[in-house]
Amino acid sequence: MDPRLYQIAALAGLLIYGLGWLDFEIGAVQAAVTLAGVLGTQWACSRLWKVDRFDPRSALISGLSLCLLLRTNHLGLALAAAVVTIASKFVLRWRGKHLFNPTNLGLVVMMLATDSRVWVSPGQWGNVAFFAFLMVCLGGLVVMRAARSDVTLAFLACYLGLVIGRTLWLGEPLTIPLHRLQSGALLLFAFFMISDPKTTPDSRAGRILFAALVAWGAWYVQFRLFRTNGLLWSLAGFSCAVPLIDWLLPGVRYRWESRLKPKPAPAFSNTNPQPALP
Amino acid sequence: MNKQLHLLLAAIFVPLAAHSFCGFYVAKADTKLFNKASKVVLVRDEDRTVMTMANDYEGDAKDFAVVIPLPTFIEKGQIHVADNALIEHLDAYSAPRLVEYFDEDPCNPRISELRLSASAFAGRDAKTKAEHAAALGVKIEAEYTVGEYDILILSAEQSGGLETWLKESGYRIPDGAGPVLESYTKQKMRFFVAKVNLEEKAKAGFHYLRPLQVAYESRKFMLPIRLGTVNADGPQELFVFALTRKGRVETTNYRTVKLPTGMDLPVFVKKDFADFYKAMFDQQVKKEDMHCVFTEYAWDMGWCDPCAAEPLSNAELKKLGVFWLEGEGRSDRARPQNNNVFITRLHLRYDRKHFPEDLVFQETGDRENFQGRYVLRHPWQGEPKCDAARKYLEDLPERQDKEAQTLARLTGWDIEKIRARMKLPAGKEKSGDGTKWWDKLWK
Repeated sequence: MDPRLYQIAALAGLLIYGLGWLDFEIGAVQAAVTLAGVLGTQWACSRLWKVDRFDPRSALISGLSLCLLLRTNHLGLALAAAVVTIASKFVLRWRGKHLFNPTNLGLVVMMLATDSRVWVSPGQWGNVAFFAFLMVCLGGLVVMRAARSDVTLAFLACYLGLVIGRTLWLGEPLTIPLHRLQSGALLLFAFFMISDPKTTPDSRAGRILFAALVAWGAWYVQFRLFRTNGLLWSLAGFSCAVPLIDWLLPGVRYRWESRLKPKPAPAFSNTNPQPALP
Repeated sequence: MNKQLHLLLAAIFVPLAAHSFCGFYVAKADTKLFNKASKVVLVRDEDRTVMTMANDYEGDAKDFAVVIPLPTFIEKGQIHVADNALIEHLDAYSAPRLVEYFDEDPCNPRISELRLSASAFAGRDAKTKAEHAAALGVKIEAEYTVGEYDILILSAEQSGGLETWLKESGYRIPDGAGPVLESYTKQKMRFFVAKVNLEEKAKAGFHYLRPLQVAYESRKFMLPIRLGTVNADGPQELFVFALTRKGRVETTNYRTVKLPTGMDLPVFVKKDFADFYKAMFDQQVKKEDMHCVFTEYAWDMGWCDPCAAEPLSNAELKKLGVFWLEGEGRSDRARPQNNNVFITRLHLRYDRKHFPEDLVFQETGDRENFQGRYVLRHPWQGEPKCDAARKYLEDLPERQDKEAQTLARLTGWDIEKIRARMKLPAGKEKSGDGTKWWDKLWK
């Protein structure tokens, strides 16, 4: 089974739950505009870059992730985020890989460019949603058969270590880090964003290094700079270091279709974008 | 003192009420609607914060003391004493409101609307008490007298030093506060310790303690609540009035949820608005398992519709610390003015179990207006002289029953009692609150 189908089902279920029960600040219209935007851009870019077939799966994952995270009062900005997200996959490439996780880049670019008119609400998840989503995410690991779960697990281990370590140093009760870690946004990030096999380093050592850097960066933004959405800023920042990590610690390039039979990394001149996670 | 404070509140509210209610008498929600309530105004733009803390301390002024962790050192010029009326005005302006409509004659349509009541909340907040001061083991960075308050700015290098100093200096720090103070100390936070200077208080001539204001610059957009939950006697209420430039404020480490609004309710709620609101809030807290921060109001400060109280003038906003305003002209009521002040009124009920960490906020770009607003529709009473009127009267009981069901759902009140008060026929098995006829059989 294509793990992307499982991801689409998981994200769609979560979005429906969020819209119906958690008062997510996103209307059905904005969700529809976002999804139409990602699919339309995927189709247009596929034509423009002369990709043989139009594959909606990765675009849908990006679109659903945007619906879960991006908040705005302006439909135009939601649409712009969808276009930036998908177009970035085709434009920002380095040696055949896209440099940034598309959803991550879409969110960061829109937050930077719109003077707070686009924002992310990391506190919007309830406990019930968290535990349900945790189960779905763990289920996802099984479905993915640990294809790139090393990066997820390494990130979670480092981030948990940093957050709990800070608590122990400050002498705070453990209820504080437990509360901080019960965030749907953290799960979405760890299981659907940083794990994106198309943007993470090729070698296992590289991926673990990358995960540790992102975890440290996220912690630094939240607890040293006291800014919101440390996870997103950190991932976007350290994604720029992936080519360097790949150069230092080379490995085998990931392909969705050939997960069981990895192929060597394609040459720099590769112009045929692979479908990718958000 | 308490009595005098309430007299003052009454003086502020009565003229506004008379104006807003067009002469109709409406019972107002008690100002003590929520016990143990604290009110804080947070003015924030970029990294600058002005915090105003309402002081509803009820005991002897000489016993009053407050310890507030602050992210930075502050100079004397950064501390100010404000007027209670400012917070009360802000409270009244942003309070959940009841709107009243009178159904027109279906044969002769005409529009009539009256706006009703606002609730205002007051309570107490006494965090720490002290008798005298002395220095031991901590650094007293500064000592100021501002208004009727003697203020110390403390920092501590050693964990535990501050608790020892405060205790030895006669401050009654609750048991269990030590680790919390230690955590703040390690984060290099300063401690703002205020007590009342009785001489200055007598000179100032106020019978109550005025709100303290602190202006500081820090990346942290947060409100420390942990000290208040140590050894607290049950859950506490907190109202945060955030005034920002760009848009709505929400908590990033707790869910922020908008309260149910816009519902049609039975007209008898007019007399019981305070009870209704309190019951509804209780019910919502229960529904969310006490894990939420509720938005009661989010609005551009330039106007309101309907107005529970006039918008604050620019002069009042400046006194609250809105530092980016220009000019002091009064903003026109119910007329949008781009004065770049957006208010978010947050209300939470918290204790240590459900709110283990301090509140962390973010300002969003959300400028969509939201208000807690509840609607009464008075039925038209007249002789039906056309088909439309006959149809109206035919549909009326169903509409009123829906109102009863809404009220039962929002408050958890007994649907049959509501129907009885509305003089509606008792519901059969299709009672709107989801209860079945056998649910109450053996209770």
